[in-house]
Amino acid sequence: MSVLVLVEHTNGAFKKKSLEAVQYAAHIAKETVTSVTAVAVGNIADAAMQELGAYGAQKVLNATDARLEHFISRAYTKVMLAAAQKEGAKVIVGLHDTVGKAVSPRLAARLGAGLAAGAVAYPDLSKGFVVKKTVFSGKAFAFVSITSDVKVITLMPNTFAVVKGEGSATVEKLDVSFSDADFAVQVKEVAKASGAVPLSEAELVVSGGRGMKGPENWHVLEDLAKELGAATACSRPVADSHWRPHNEHVGQTGGTIRPNLYIAVGISGAIQHLAGVNGSKTIVVINKDPEAPFFSAANYGVLGDAMEIVPKLTEAVKKFKAGH
Amino acid sequence: MKILVCICPVPDTTTKVAFADNNTHFSTAGVTFIINPYDEWYALVRALEFKEAGIATDVHMVTVGKADAEPVIRKALALGGDEAIRIDAESGDTFTVAAQIAEYAKTVGYDMVLCGKESIDYNNGSVGAMIAELLDMNYIGFAAKLDVASGVATVVREIEGGEETDTCALPLVVSCQKGMSEARIPNMRGIMAARTKPLKVVASAAISAVSSIVAYEMPPAKSGVKMISADNMDELVSLLHNEAKVI
Ligand SMILES: Cc1cc2nc3c(=O)[nH]c(=O)nc-3n(C[C@H](O)[C@H](O)[C@H](O)COP(=O)(O)OP(=O)(O)OC[C@H]3O[C@@H](n4cnc5c(N)ncnc54)[C@H](O)[C@@H]3O)c2cc1C
Ligand SMILES: Nc1ncnc2c1ncn2[C@@H]1O[C@H](COP(=O)(O)O)[C@@H](O)[C@H]1O
Repeated sequence: MSVLVLVEHTNGAFKKKSLEAVQYAAHIAKETVTSVTAVAVGNIADAAMQELGAYGAQKVLNATDARLEHFISRAYTKVMLAAAQKEGAKVIVGLHDTVGKAVSPRLAARLGAGLAAGAVAYPDLSKGFVVKKTVFSGKAFAFVSITSDVKVITLMPNTFAVVKGEGSATVEKLDVSFSDADFAVQVKEVAKASGAVPLSEAELVVSGGRGMKGPENWHVLEDLAKELGAATACSRPVADSHWRPHNEHVGQTGGTIRPNLYIAVGISGAIQHLAGVNGSKTIVVINKDPEAPFFSAANYGVLGDAMEIVPKLTEAVKKFKAGH
Repeated sequence: MKILVCICPVPDTTTKVAFADNNTHFSTAGVTFIINPYDEWYALVRALEFKEAGIATDVHMVTVGKADAEPVIRKALALGGDEAIRIDAESGDTFTVAAQIAEYAKTVGYDMVLCGKESIDYNNGSVGAMIAELLDMNYIGFAAKLDVASGVATVVREIEGGEETDTCALPLVVSCQKGMSEARIPNMRGIMAARTKPLKVVASAAISAVSSIVAYEMPPAKSGVKMISADNMDELVSLLHNEAKVI
């Protein structure tokens, strides 16, 4: 018996959200008096895998196969199934991201396991196995009770702070018998947004709406984002007007983000926009209209013209950084 | 090519969410239900484009729900498509929804199953991948572009921090999102035609739920916005550092 957790990495370095998932799994393991086995796919240095012990993993199962270079949901599901069988896993944790949302449901369907998708708290074991998750695009939470023997959870990234402890995990190879059909999806081309912070993983986000007037004004937001080390986002009409690429569009029909800080500039705060960002820990709104609905969803507000305020904010950040 | 589009009825995006019965049920009083935007704007419209281009022969749409789901699937029929199917089951947890759709899909044999990237009410983003597993099919999630030629799909999909282009021979399950097509508005002719198009009601398969929602909770109210003078950005930075502790 164990708690299984799928960890993701970039070129052998584990992502922060995966460390968060390991820590989350460790909490469940402690409450259910069992251990944590992390599953890592690809070529990763042993030292990096052993270090997952500092976040609560006792063991790491490493699956390597040249064909696993890219994420393929069917192949990854096979990996997780093999690991689940080997460990007799009762709880399987993944992330609520593009990887976890493809693997965890497949795994759950295969195992006949209940799935809590997008968990924002530890399971409550006092009433069985009840997991809190966001619903209605962040407008509310639901408590999902899982009744099957095996339970699958995807954790919403950036829910818990990651704390490094002590310990080292043992590393074992995981043998998986793949069939050619597992690799029927072929990845032909990968285009990574270069240099910039990926929006889905960003802790700080600077976002612009129609109040920015046009793409030629975006440099003031980009300057602020650069100073903060933040990613940039936008409202839907901005993407629809091709001022910004569609992958920056957040909201009900765009991306959902939960950064620590969301700075909304010239965005009115329509309910469909809020749906994508209301999980942000702190919201700053800059708008020239005191009646803009966004102010009532904000922690901090600045009233005035974006083109004047944002450069001042950028200067203030610069000054602050120089003093720290 | 036969396409099945999964249509999920969801509360209108402007709905004020409220709960009843001691916070155990979503209160539907006064709520208008619409087609989940991802299902309508992207999955369904793209399927219709395939039909118009002569690539698809049949476009079917399916919803899992009781009779109250019918007005929504009728709206889908008004946009186009050949046949609507309602599987007469409570849309319980994602597993039962996926299993019901998979059972039905087996009886027809679709080349492609399209669904939305997530439902805007329960935000699971799970049904598509589950259907794929239950039908032993390949799955590509978060597709922003989808083309089919000679039985092979080419998909541009979102990945962490970028996008990638995949190819896969059909059959295939795809979850769809922004970028794939432009939203359409049903016209009068479509609405009239929808009245005569078949809406098939299929009995549910014996499938039991493995999870259920036992309670809801509203997020804590924001404590109120703190306004800062436009001339004092140093104060804002200091609050973000010392009070909010985010920079
Ligand atoms: C089904 C559905 C789904 C939708 N999904 C999304 C979604 O995913 N994401 C999304 O964003 N929207 C979505 N929308 C659209 C949404 O309803 C709003 O129309 C949209 O968010 C408005 O964008 P905006 O705030 O940039 O523009 P506007 O509403 O035009 O607001 C511009 C704001 O800028 C302010 N402003 C103007 N000039 C200045 C200045 N010089 N300095 C400072 N402030 C200034 C104005 O006071 C105003 O508040 C959806 C709508 C529907 C019906
Ligand atoms: N009750 C339902 N009937 C038909 N399709 C559904 C239903 N629920 C969800 N879906 C489909 O599955 C997708 C993802 O939903 P979910 O996993 O609930 O977030 C939706 O966009 C729909 O395409």
